[in-house]
Amino acid sequence: MEIDPFIFRLSIFILSIFIGYYVVWSVTPSLHTPLMSVTNAISSVIIVGAIIAALAGSSESVFDISNIFGFAAIVLAAINIFGGFLVTQRMLQMYKKKKNKKK
Amino acid sequence: MISANLSAIFYLVSGILFILALRGLSSPDTSRKGNYFGIVGMIIAIIVTFLSIGNFSTSIIYVIMFLVIGGAIGALIAFKIPMTAMPELVAGFHSLVGLAAVFVAIAAFLNPEAFNLGNAGAIKLASLIEMSIGAAIGAITFSGSIIAFLKLRGIMSGSPITFSGQHFLNLTLGIGIFVLIFYLCKTQSANIFWTVVIISFLVGVLLIIPIGGADMPVVISMLNSYSGWAAAGIGFTLENTALIITGALVGSSGAILSYIMCKAMNRSFFSVILGGFGADNSTDDKKEKKDQKPVKSGNAEDAAFLMKNASSVIIVPGYGMAVAQAQHALREMVDKLKKNDIKVTYAIHPVAGRMPGHMNVLLAEANVPYDEVFELEDINNDFANSDVAFVIGANDVTNPVAKTDPKSPIFGMPVLDVEKCKSVLFVKRSLSPGYAGIDNELFYRDNTLMLFADAKKMTEDIVKNLD
Repeated sequence: MEIDPFIFRLSIFILSIFIGYYVVWSVTPSLHTPLMSVTNAISSVIIVGAIIAALAGSSESVFDISNIFGFAAIVLAAINIFGGFLVTQRMLQMYKKKKNKKK
Repeated sequence: MISANLSAIFYLVSGILFILALRGLSSPDTSRKGNYFGIVGMIIAIIVTFLSIGNFSTSIIYVIMFLVIGGAIGALIAFKIPMTAMPELVAGFHSLVGLAAVFVAIAAFLNPEAFNLGNAGAIKLASLIEMSIGAAIGAITFSGSIIAFLKLRGIMSGSPITFSGQHFLNLTLGIGIFVLIFYLCKTQSANIFWTVVIISFLVGVLLIIPIGGADMPVVISMLNSYSGWAAAGIGFTLENTALIITGALVGSSGAILSYIMCKAMNRSFFSVILGGFGADNSTDDKKEKKDQKPVKSGNAEDAAFLMKNASSVIIVPGYGMAVAQAQHALREMVDKLKKNDIKVTYAIHPVAGRMPGHMNVLLAEANVPYDEVFELEDINNDFANSDVAFVIGANDVTNPVAKTDPKSPIFGMPVLDVEKCKSVLFVKRSLSPGYAGIDNELFYRDNTLMLFADAKKMTEDIVKNLD
């Protein structure tokens, strides 16, 4: 008997939850805000679906209704990807260690 | 065009890079590298998607155009946003993820052939369930985040909005969504699909309006979690490993942060969701305040004198400091103190800002080295051995009542043991209670000196007096 591919995806999903659990607990509390902005950015990998939706169909029908939803989702996800990674970068640049104690 | 197997491997690689991005955040040193891992992961995912479609019709020009437009807007926001506004920004970003998930689900429902999900009107059962769950969670994330955004921005009042039958209504709508999804699977009717989306938008609004301003850190974390589950739902629909992994990571990350925030406020997750906390009972408070207890108040000169003669000072910043934009003046004050060989550290309560870790970012922005900033459990024992605690913009998180009075609404909440210091300097505009709506016992202690002023102005005055 063959295993439904859904079960494989479910396994990946559940194992990833466990990975997420342990990885996130090891994030230092002082970086919780960058954690949120970077998770924001990476969850916008949903843009993958948006691109598929936007490119679906033939070249005569570039702006079918489902394409339009795809294009709109691309804009939203792109805002998030660029905004999320860049703002995270900006925050992380600010975290500095103590300079040499005293001259 | 690359094969489905190869693209699946690449999606797995980008999923792993996302895990490394989060892993990097375990220390500030490795965090920047982590962020690059995340960026590379995203680039791989996007390129692989293009390659796997391979059909470069004219629409690709539009795809790239919209990508650039969105990217430009995002970059502009990222550079312009002040650090104090980070909670609103994150709430806003959550709403975008939510809406994008809804749009992708709609597109998949309207054109299932493009996603290999069967034909319109005859979508595979599993896919239909996955996409409607993805759409529902996405819609809840979207409208909930919009409300959170409006509340944080101050466009909407932070006080909870409650009405009778609220929880019953939410429960009914929640069950309604499941019933509708069940019928959707039977009928494949577009109308039912749209109804699910609309009801979910409504649930998002109803879920967040009863939650008060004080609980915002939990709300943001919770919505973070939802946005992850929405992404995972879409990931199942698209059979995309990168999305499934990311969704699971983000979902569990948000859930952990919500848990940490709830624990820091000693509130159960359930009671936060049910809302109503921080409702105005200030009318009672005003009556009580008539019998004023004696308070010692001082000025900048007294504060400067006390600190100059101390050998160790602990700064306790709160959100009020950020509102007053006092962090740079504070940093100047600390520099002066350090020049006099006074040991200065910062103590941060987990809910000191409006979102997890917010205060750390604000201090980092003011060039405070991160190794001088300590979390509650790491520094709480040091108060007893320190001379001065300088409380600026914080209130409830220092209230000793949380340890002594079982009747207090914040009883059991972990607080900073500020009162154990030899003397406490408390910068505040007035004696008004904080978010929790209760009086702070610390104001009336013998070793407390109240400094009534705007946080920024007071700090600047102290700086002058330190010369």
